[in-house]
Amino acid sequence: MTEQTKNKGSVTIVLFSGDMDKAIATFVIATAAASMGMKVTIFFTFWGLNVIKKEGGLIKGQNWMQKMLNIMNYGHAKKLAISKMNMFGMGPAMLKTMMSHKKVPSLQEFISIAHSLGVKFYPCEMSMTVMGLKKEDFIDECEDVIGAVSYLSIAKETTINLFI
Amino acid sequence: MNYKVDKTIDCTGLSCPLPSVKTTLALEHMEVGQVIEVLTDDPVSKRDLPVWAQSTGNELLGIEEDNKVIKIYLRKAE
Repeated sequence: MTEQTKNKGSVTIVLFSGDMDKAIATFVIATAAASMGMKVTIFFTFWGLNVIKKEGGLIKGQNWMQKMLNIMNYGHAKKLAISKMNMFGMGPAMLKTMMSHKKVPSLQEFISIAHSLGVKFYPCEMSMTVMGLKKEDFIDECEDVIGAVSYLSIAKETTINLFI
Repeated sequence: MNYKVDKTIDCTGLSCPLPSVKTTLALEHMEVGQVIEVLTDDPVSKRDLPVWAQSTGNELLGIEEDNKVIKIYLRKAE
């Protein structure tokens, strides 16, 4: 780590949740921190993997359990539930409209802003194995697939650590 | 105002954290010492951008308010 990044600090965020509202909160913090010159890393694990999944491809996985899980857990940045008042998809639709009225970027826009600011996205290797997902199932902005040890080796050097 | 504005970015209507994000992206294409004018109508940015300047090392030259539009002047540091 260079002296400059040490002075400005750095942030690691574990995004465990696949809820749209929590993902947006993650990206608001990530983009704000990156604009302040901080080094930002987001580690996507478990349900959080949905945020960086590519659109399409309903049936994923090797065995029937993985396939069923991926069908029931289908989602990507444009299609995520919210943590409260989801109301079979009416909640997210209304929230998206309200956000666009206030010119708050959508989740896809946040992902591309964060990427252009140099925020690093890492999918979690273990959750991918459990769910039967491959690197190709994720958007191109993602860096390498990493495990808990690699995440911790980044996190122990950072000044701010969040679990969302 | 005794400085020349090299670039103006319009962040009116945009909310947190976009004004600081847009300022960062705009500064990437500017030379050290050049001045950027950020237009915003977000009261949060009036507090956030000076903090952003302090943390990134860019110099805050001044803040002016014209009706609802807040103009923030920053000089790019190295």
